[in-house]
Amino acid sequence: MTISKIIGALTVVAALSALAAFAATPTKKMPAKSGGVVSISLPGDLGFAFKPGPGSNLANSLCLSCHSEAYVAMQPPLNKAAWTAEIVKMRNVYGAKISDDQVAPLADYLTANYGTP
Amino acid sequence: MHSSRRDFLTATAAAAAGFTPLAAAAAKIVKGVFVNGDRPLVAFPQKRPLLVLTPRPPQLETPFEIFDDGVLTPNDAFFVRWHLAGIPTTVDAGKHRVKVGGLVAHPLSLSLADLKKYEAVEVVAVNQCSGNSRGFFMPRVPGGEWQNGAMGNARWKGARLQDILARAGVGAGAKQVQFRGLDGPVFPETPAFMKSLDVGMVTSNPDIIVAYEMNGAPLPLLNGYPVRLIVSGWFATYWVKMLSEITVLDHVDDNFWMKTAYRIPATPNGSVAPTDKGYATVPINKMVVRSFITNLKDGATLKAGNHIVRGIAFDGGSGIRAVQLSTDGGTTWTSAPLEADNGSYSFRRWHAYIAVQSGMQLMLACRAQANDESMQVATPIWNPSGYQRSSIETYKVSVS
Repeated sequence: MTISKIIGALTVVAALSALAAFAATPTKKMPAKSGGVVSISLPGDLGFAFKPGPGSNLANSLCLSCHSEAYVAMQPPLNKAAWTAEIVKMRNVYGAKISDDQVAPLADYLTANYGTP
Repeated sequence: MHSSRRDFLTATAAAAAGFTPLAAAAAKIVKGVFVNGDRPLVAFPQKRPLLVLTPRPPQLETPFEIFDDGVLTPNDAFFVRWHLAGIPTTVDAGKHRVKVGGLVAHPLSLSLADLKKYEAVEVVAVNQCSGNSRGFFMPRVPGGEWQNGAMGNARWKGARLQDILARAGVGAGAKQVQFRGLDGPVFPETPAFMKSLDVGMVTSNPDIIVAYEMNGAPLPLLNGYPVRLIVSGWFATYWVKMLSEITVLDHVDDNFWMKTAYRIPATPNGSVAPTDKGYATVPINKMVVRSFITNLKDGATLKAGNHIVRGIAFDGGSGIRAVQLSTDGGTTWTSAPLEADNGSYSFRRWHAYIAVQSGMQLMLACRAQANDESMQVATPIWNPSGYQRSSIETYKVSVS
C-alpha cells in the first residue's frame, strides 16, 4: 500500500465519521402549516475534503468557495485537457478567482488525484 | 425545530472533534454502478436518507427502490438539486412575495395569501432533472453524475400562471417570461439562475402553476419552499424553486442559463456523435418518454416460480399509451397492463407477471409508448451535456 493510498484511506475514514454524525442526527418534521417560517441547517461538506498532495492548497483555496470536494470526486476520471476545460469554465463562466498561472498546476493536481493521464 | 437545530449543532461539533467511532459504522455508502458512483446515504433537513452527490450545493438523489412504494414520491424522498451555493436556509413564507413585472400593465407583488385567492388547481406531474441518468452516458460526460433517481412525481397545488399573467396584463410585443428564485451565487460574477419560457406557452398552458403545496403539504425548503414553478411535462430546470420574480420580457432571454447552459443539439432526440462539432442547439424542453422496472434491480436473483414485475412510465405530457416487457433483452415483447391513471403528466404504474425456472438467465427490458406516438428505442442517445437519456432499460436477472 502506497503512502497516498494510506492517506486516501484515512481521508475516507474521516469523511465517514463526519457523515455518520450527520446521518445520526434525528430528523424532526417541520411544522406542516403553510405560511410559516422554515429554517434549516445545511451540513456543510460532510467531511468531503481534497486529497492531500502537491496542488491541494490550490484546490482548497479556489474550488471550495462555491462547491464541496464531492463535486470533483464524483466526476468520471477526466484527462488533463478535460480538467483544464472545467477550470477555465469555472473562471470564465462562474467567476472563480483563478489566475492564469494557477490553471496548469490546478489541472495537474486534479488529473493526478481525480483523473486519468 | 429548535431542538432539531441544537441536535444538529451538537452532532457537528462532535464530528469536528473526531468523535463518533461507533456512528462511523452506521454511515451507509451505497456502491455505485459506474466509476466514481459510490454515494453516502445522508438525511438532510426535512429529508430521509438520500444519496449525496455533493452536499454543497446540495444534490441529493432518490434511492430507486422508493419508486416502487407508490405512484407519488414522498416529499422527504424527493430529489434535490441546486446550482448555486447561496441558498436561503431561513424562509419566512409570510413575508415572501412573488413579484410580477416587466412588460405588464399592472405589476403585482403577490403574497402567499394573494396566490391562494386565485382558483386553486392540482396537477400530478413528474419533475425530472435534465441530467437524470447522466452517469450512464458512454463515453462519460462531466456534470452531476446521477443514476436514475433525479426525478419524482408529486401532486402539486397552486395558482395557474396564466391566471396571474392575465391579472397583470401581458403587454404587446412580449416574447418570453423569465423566472427567478431566492437562491443566489457566492460571487457576484456568477450568473444568477434564471429560466424563461415563451409567452405563448405560458399564457395558453393551464398546467403551468405557481405551487404552494406538494403532496398536500408545504414544499420542503430544499424543494423550493414556499412556492415553486411547476412546468408540467418539461424538464426540471424550468421548475424554479423559491420563486420570487416573474418578468415579462420583450426579447428572447439571453442570460447564461438559457443561451449557453441547458441546451440540447437541434437533432433528432437531441443526439450527436462525440466527434460532432458546430451543430445548432435549442433550449432543452419537453421530457422524452421513459420507463423503468421498480421492484427488481439489474443483477437481481429470483427464485423459480411466478413473479410480478412492476414499473413506472412517463413522458412529456401526452400520457402513456402502452408498456411492454421483454424477458429476452428486447427480441420479443408482451403487453404489460397499465395501472390507475393520475393524469398525463404523472408516473403511470404498470405490471406484468413472469414465470421462471431454475437456472434461467433473463434479460428483462421495458419500453413505453406515449400517446403522441413516441416510443423508447434500444440505442442510447449521446450529447456532451448528458441530457435527456431515455433509451430502453435492461435488467440482468438470474434464477436460483
